[in-house]
Amino acid sequence: MSAGSIPVKRVDEKPIVWKNWLLHAALWVGSFFMLMPFVWMVSTSLKDPSEIFTYPPLWIPSRFVWANYLETMRAMPFGRFYMNSLIVAVSVTIIQILTSSLAAFAFARLRFKGRNSLFLLYLATLMIPFQVTMIPNFILVRYLGWYDSYQALIIPPAFSAFSVFLLRQYFLGMPLELDEAARMDGANSFRIWWQIIMPLSGPVLAALTIFVFLGSWNDFLWPLVVTVSLNMRTIPVGLSAFQGQYNTQWHLLMAGSVIALLPVLLIYILAQKRFVEGITLSGMGGR
Amino acid sequence: MTIQEQEQLFATPQDALAVDLPWWRRYRPDQQWEAYLFLLPSLAGFLAFVALPVVAALVLSFFNWNLLTPPEFVGTANYAQLLTQDSVFRKVLGNTLYFTVTIVPLQLLFGLLLAVALNQAIRGVEVYRLIYFMPVVTTIVAAALVFQWMFNRDFGVFSAAIWRLGEITGLPLQPPDWLNSTKWAKPAVVILTLWKNTGFTMVIYLAGLQAIPRELYDAAKVDGASPWQRFRYVTIPMVSPTTFFLLIIQMIGAFQLFSEAFVMTRGGPAQATLTIVYYIYQNAFEFARMGKASAIAWVLFALIFAFTLLQTRLQRHWVHYEAGE
Repeated sequence: MSAGSIPVKRVDEKPIVWKNWLLHAALWVGSFFMLMPFVWMVSTSLKDPSEIFTYPPLWIPSRFVWANYLETMRAMPFGRFYMNSLIVAVSVTIIQILTSSLAAFAFARLRFKGRNSLFLLYLATLMIPFQVTMIPNFILVRYLGWYDSYQALIIPPAFSAFSVFLLRQYFLGMPLELDEAARMDGANSFRIWWQIIMPLSGPVLAALTIFVFLGSWNDFLWPLVVTVSLNMRTIPVGLSAFQGQYNTQWHLLMAGSVIALLPVLLIYILAQKRFVEGITLSGMGGR
Repeated sequence: MTIQEQEQLFATPQDALAVDLPWWRRYRPDQQWEAYLFLLPSLAGFLAFVALPVVAALVLSFFNWNLLTPPEFVGTANYAQLLTQDSVFRKVLGNTLYFTVTIVPLQLLFGLLLAVALNQAIRGVEVYRLIYFMPVVTTIVAAALVFQWMFNRDFGVFSAAIWRLGEITGLPLQPPDWLNSTKWAKPAVVILTLWKNTGFTMVIYLAGLQAIPRELYDAAKVDGASPWQRFRYVTIPMVSPTTFFLLIIQMIGAFQLFSEAFVMTRGGPAQATLTIVYYIYQNAFEFARMGKASAIAWVLFALIFAFTLLQTRLQRHWVHYEAGE
């Protein structure tokens, strides 16, 4: 290139091929590390006990022992755990979204005395870690006679300042003229909430639903603290109890882990976009 | 037309119809009672299970209570004991800080690198994103279980990989006894946490990267900036609000580490992976010391608050808000 000539570069230059290969190689190594625990889990869960403690590790068992799954299901009531987790996660999600959206509607679209101070009270608790409220809630649950029951698993976790905050942010973004027009037509606030605001909030409600449901499904500390009988355990706590009893029986523990993960992973693979959106949007506080 | 007549004409339909409405609908214009009705279900639950328990925990922290005998007021003794005498608490605090200063920067680094890599038009980008995000949706208990098995000294895959590497290179490599070694148990927890959460950091960074206007990169290219310079002087400042946000929530998450250690190491060996939250759990539900557990919880809250405040102060020096939110 002679001095003074203008270097012409395409602005949209494509990455050079070898660089692309390098990138793919790095991403493959990362993917391998990400997937390895899943593969190792499934592989161990299908092994005969004699093939578990070997060096080098056996990635594909010489014989698939599906009976491990039967034995796991017999050893622990995983069906019951599923049912508990489903009941709890569905209830928490419904209660939380209904109550939070009602409150968020009031905060965002209605005028009333004490609105700002009440909302400030909600905001102030956003930063408080769950562990602070856990102990008084545990005592309250025992006092109410809810210990080791669905009420204990569902009701305290169903209330969250965060959901109210997130929905209020979203509701604030809609033009107030919607409400006014509906009011002119004789709709009351309840109808405005249910027939105008809620239907227009599809994306944020979907995101919040996934976020709350997944959070409840995977929650560990609270269900661990408020349940004691095997019949009331949710999947994570049941799996942890299984670990306590079958300490080194890795083929069974891994079968239990596969059972615990399977439904969420399947739904995730089928509805990946929604999951990522839900967790991103809620994780970022609706920004 | 007189002003009164005009006012009547343009009055809201509610006011005009007010006479015909049943009493419970006449309150509508000021929305006062209605608003309280909307708030009621949420507020009742919020007060009972969030707001009042916060206060109750504070009150409780000034008592000794094992739930069996009546609570005994001890003033600030729980706090004094924690801060001056309790050597386990000191250890737990150190462990938690170790996890915070390792996990948070590593996650930010890996998350950003992954996001930059996957923000390009490369083949299979959707599949990569699917894979990297997969651990985020998994139950932590199952994840910790399989990592416990992978960290097995004699038959785990990590040890096997190190042995194999030793065989190939001829070096005398010895894998550590990961989860039974006070030195290696902490890194093991860090590795599990990185595996589990990096996908989350990645997607948040991806959202941040996609908000950067393309013109900035184009302008930088025209000015002859190398890919590294574009990363350093365009990408990093432009995603700094995202970095700040992730820094705060990951720091809070690292302070609250529990399940990973509970399932994989039971806080051991020799309390090497005992965290603040684990210590709260032990005190409340193993030793039945509700007062002391509440005091630790409040110390945790104070720590989180102080660190968040500190970061909010420091952000002025490195966070750029010019993207026009």
